[in-house]
Amino acid sequence: MLDRAQAPSTEEIREVVTPLAGLEGPLLPMLHALQDTYGLIPEGAVPVLADLLNLGRAEVHGVISFYHDFRDHPTGRHVLKICRAEACQSMGGNALAAATLKKLGVDWHGTTADGAVTVEPIYCLGLCACAPAAMLDGRVVGRLDEDRMGKLLAEVRA
Amino acid sequence: MKIYVPMDSAATALGADEVAKALAREIAARGLDAQIIRNGTRGMIWLEPLVEIDRGDGRMGYGPVTPADVPAILDGSAQSLGPVEEIPFFANQTRLTFARCGVIDPLDLDDYAAHGGLAGLTRAIAMSSAEIVQEVADSGLRGRGGAGFPTGIKWKTVAEADADQKYIVCNADEGDSGTFADRMIMEGDPFTLIEGMAIAGLGVGATRGYVYLRSEYPDAIRVMRAAVKIARQRGVLGADVLGSGRAFDMEIRQGAGAYVCGEETSLLNSLEGKRGVVRAKPPLPALEGFLGRPTVVNNVISLATVPVIFEKGAQHYADFGLGRSRGTVTLQIAGNVKHGGLYETAFGLTLGEVVNGIGGGTATGRPVKAVQVGGPLGAYMPVSKFDTPVGYEEFDKNGGLIGHAGLVVFDDSADMLQMARFAMEFCAVESCGKCTPCRIGAVRGVETIDRIAAGDPGAADLLTDLCETMKDGSLCALGGFTPFPVMSALTQFPDDFVCQKEAAE
Repeated sequence: MLDRAQAPSTEEIREVVTPLAGLEGPLLPMLHALQDTYGLIPEGAVPVLADLLNLGRAEVHGVISFYHDFRDHPTGRHVLKICRAEACQSMGGNALAAATLKKLGVDWHGTTADGAVTVEPIYCLGLCACAPAAMLDGRVVGRLDEDRMGKLLAEVRA
Repeated sequence: MKIYVPMDSAATALGADEVAKALAREIAARGLDAQIIRNGTRGMIWLEPLVEIDRGDGRMGYGPVTPADVPAILDGSAQSLGPVEEIPFFANQTRLTFARCGVIDPLDLDDYAAHGGLAGLTRAIAMSSAEIVQEVADSGLRGRGGAGFPTGIKWKTVAEADADQKYIVCNADEGDSGTFADRMIMEGDPFTLIEGMAIAGLGVGATRGYVYLRSEYPDAIRVMRAAVKIARQRGVLGADVLGSGRAFDMEIRQGAGAYVCGEETSLLNSLEGKRGVVRAKPPLPALEGFLGRPTVVNNVISLATVPVIFEKGAQHYADFGLGRSRGTVTLQIAGNVKHGGLYETAFGLTLGEVVNGIGGGTATGRPVKAVQVGGPLGAYMPVSKFDTPVGYEEFDKNGGLIGHAGLVVFDDSADMLQMARFAMEFCAVESCGKCTPCRIGAVRGVETIDRIAAGDPGAADLLTDLCETMKDGSLCALGGFTPFPVMSALTQFPDDFVCQKEAAE
């Protein structure tokens, strides 16, 4: 998503969010729509949303920064979310996560130098009976071990 | 020939899509007359991908299946598990809420109706609002999200509130580790949730509903959105619910990765487009909920259980259970366990029967050390408490809580000091920031546990004191219940907290 980092215009942002203005409680759906479109919440979105919803800019910023999902910076081409919750820990999730981060040379939230993959922690994918689990770009994977994780990483770095 | 391959995310996470593709290729190559149906999961996750083949003599199971097994399965030469519903793990359950899950095509409304679906809503339409609320009260149904509050009382409060608009909000922010029942029913039988919400709407006089569904469940979001669309097209939702002349419609809303939004008041704030900060109660959401209007906030399983209560009658449901815990509990057996999955049964089995009997002990084959019941805010139960029966009051008496009935099993390699530290770390990451004991206490908690690990002899007392402050001084369960896993680890597994200095002496 790095390659489409060019900032969208106010008009483009309005075009994405205005169709959702009729919803009850429209801010989260709007933010999701923006992130789905641009891969992040563009900086220019705050004044547009504040104006459209009659909110202060600080309030809009406060909402964006509250939620783990919304980001103000681009990710790598792929996003790998590794579950850190208890059920995955009980099946060796911590060691697997540590080995994966080491292999990629990044810390949590980090992006590999080649821009291929960003690794995020996630707290539970509901795959607790087939732990440890991860999600690669929206595709879930269970019963992971170093071998299966290696295959996933090969896929994203190819 | 009908072939069932689950599309539940636990199955796809284990390769069900690849298996379905291999089956489709092989069927085409052989020119077979076969139909592939993507069903939900039966809940026997250790057998996933579990393929079922119906050659006209019942559904025979195969699993776990890999694409390489496909030719032999179609030849009939592969080893079968036998009739799926005769596998003991499945046969011994009492499936009420999950009766259709894994059986039908989740998005086939006719299949749904053929398996008892819409019978409850049809019956509710002929009842008055007060009768609907009474039926739920008589069933003894209690909130399955964790708190166990009687659903009938909540509905009654909303029904009797006077307002121009009321809402039904479904809490599908299933963030607790070890729980997946909500995800499983939304992916495997979405219409039952829609039907339950419609009945709730008729019961309390609400015409609009929302499902607040966590973003970590993209598959469930997709299935629920598709199901709502179908339900609207077929007149189950809309201005004239099943020709009753009464309106109810609903929408699926996506969460944004905040664990605390599973707490009902922060969920409502989030749904309104605000920071997911906890609200003080009172006012109760039942009186001033979404947009300040009377709102029923119920968990997925609570609402998904409503149709079967109306289909079979409140008494039928209430006849199952133990003490004041009526009906069935949807146990989610997870973590380091041999036979992990969803097991719906009447309340009353003991913890040991669930873990060792049904779950078959650990996956690694090592001895069980602890079971965390009720998610990240639930206590770690040692093996010495395995005779505790699964019931709200029974667990409470033993220093635990059932919560959403998720059980995470740990073998003897688990370091309980690290698990206690993780509980505090998680609370620090996920705290909404409203209450000081939670926001700051969790950070200090991590530091204090690190001091115990480093050998500070006074740190354990400080941790105990801190936990009491968090328990008494937090508005919601995040800060208030984090002490459960921490203190249970400290008191039940003291050996793991023996500081290095002592150990060295």
